[in-house]
Amino acid sequence: MTVNNELINQSQAFSDSTSVIDVEDWNVYYGDFHALKSIFLKVPKNKVTAFIGPSGCGKSTLLRCFNRLNDLIPSFRATGRMTYHGQDLYSSNVDAVQVRRRIGMVFQKPNPFPKSIYDNIAYGVRVNGIKGDMDEIVEQSLRRAALWDEVKDKLKQNGTAISGGQQQRLCIARAIAVQPDVVLMDEPCASLDPISTLKIEELIHQLKENYTIVIVTHNMQQASRVADLTAFFNVRVVDDKRQGYLAEVDRTEIIFQNPKEEATQQYVSGRFG
Amino acid sequence: MTTFDDIQDKVPAPSLEKKISSDRVLDVGFWGLTLLLAISAGAVLIWVILQTANSSLPAIQQFGLGFLTTMTWNPVTNIYGVLPQIYGTLVTSFIALLIAIPVGVGVAVFLTEDFVPRYITTPIAFAIELIVAIPSVVLGLWGIFVLIPFLRPFFQFLNNTFGWIPIFGGGAPRGNNLLVVGLVLSLMIVPLIISITRSTFEVLPPSLRAGSLALGATRWETILKVLIPAGLSGIISSVMLALGRAMGETMVAAMMVGNANRIDISILQPGATITGLIASQFGEAGRLQVSALMYAGLVLMVLSLIVNILAELIIRRFQNIE
Repeated sequence: MTVNNELINQSQAFSDSTSVIDVEDWNVYYGDFHALKSIFLKVPKNKVTAFIGPSGCGKSTLLRCFNRLNDLIPSFRATGRMTYHGQDLYSSNVDAVQVRRRIGMVFQKPNPFPKSIYDNIAYGVRVNGIKGDMDEIVEQSLRRAALWDEVKDKLKQNGTAISGGQQQRLCIARAIAVQPDVVLMDEPCASLDPISTLKIEELIHQLKENYTIVIVTHNMQQASRVADLTAFFNVRVVDDKRQGYLAEVDRTEIIFQNPKEEATQQYVSGRFG
Repeated sequence: MTTFDDIQDKVPAPSLEKKISSDRVLDVGFWGLTLLLAISAGAVLIWVILQTANSSLPAIQQFGLGFLTTMTWNPVTNIYGVLPQIYGTLVTSFIALLIAIPVGVGVAVFLTEDFVPRYITTPIAFAIELIVAIPSVVLGLWGIFVLIPFLRPFFQFLNNTFGWIPIFGGGAPRGNNLLVVGLVLSLMIVPLIISITRSTFEVLPPSLRAGSLALGATRWETILKVLIPAGLSGIISSVMLALGRAMGETMVAAMMVGNANRIDISILQPGATITGLIASQFGEAGRLQVSALMYAGLVLMVLSLIVNILAELIIRRFQNIE
């Protein structure tokens, strides 16, 4: 039973830290299509967990399950158990809006609102009814996202008028302004140049002091640079359809240097995927 | 062994000079054709304006700008002014917009935000667009024979209960009034607002929606505070097109407004519009009267122009939030 072994591996890997999100026997279906098969995973607190794997392996799908963003897809259906600090995320009395306030998200393409830089951050704060000095919150969020110095003189400028790397940091600032507990990042550097990528990676290192971070990435070096824990997802063909599964999860060093699975070894060394 | 340099030597340097080929002829021909069409569209507009201005010259010389502030329209004494008509045009268009904007934007949101499955929204959208195909004279007849009798008790109720508010006051409400014209106009312009607003929403990037929801915003907050502001320029252009249509609509106004040459603050009383005036008087007008009607038409065109310029300014203002 490989699945059980993975569980044991992981609990040994971070037995000292508590988990924020626990996933048990999680399956995702789009209509009849079984997209993700039986995932077991623990996301440790104040660590960076990276999801790597070939395209179509379901890593983004799983990420979007954490903040219930897949609820928007009509054919989406899931079975299994997913808990956040012990609470069932998919229980009928859980409000997805509250979930998303606690579990923030940064998307693959920077998606600032066509509002001013200031309002991009103030928006989330206002809809969540967070009390406090708005100027202070905006400044703090921008400082944490390492963007303050670049935009402090143009807070009234449109958030879509700054560079791609700045936009992505604005989106990170926007996400942390609502004081989440977990920040999900779906390939946050996919559309950025190397310098912006480096800035975001430094930011991830700083953010993990206060937040639990889950990052999906196609960039192997990025995973090895930022992640404490790495989960390798793979895809197999079942009944002519591609099905994603979690192949291996462990400390990042182990995944990159001494993985147990042959496929992981091949993927991280760039031989497929 | 063939090296890259060898291959390079064998390939002749491509010519970058202009060649006369069929491609190029088509290219230039197409450019010329589109230019011609563009110019003719503008030329027709200018021609109409010049012709109208020319025909209204006698009236302009006779009445000057006083035409705009005079309340008399008397073919017997040949004294003309269109203040009541300007007032009626603006009031009926304003009523139409007041109803059509919330309804139009609301329906557009409903049709694009996946509240109900596609197989329900598609026929609804189709039916809405069919409203445009109803000839306005048919709508006018419908208004006179169906809508006015149907609404009469409602007008009476408004007058009895809210008569102390000037806009519902005045004497006993009449069937032909400014409000009923505004209502029918709103029906005519709502499809315009819906279809343009809907296509605006459809091209908004889905990432905006996801980004807002991911911050813990509800669906309504997302629609009201992110999607509608993001699509505002599209909404405003639809409203301006709709306003142009409402101001220029003739049959409905001519048939239902009552053509009363007066300014009444109450929208339950009859009034007049510029289009209604022209349509109802043109047939039996004398020479100066025709000129005055042309002048009225010119006033309407200028009004529309002002509205469109304002719209353009508003759109520019919202497009670069600084």
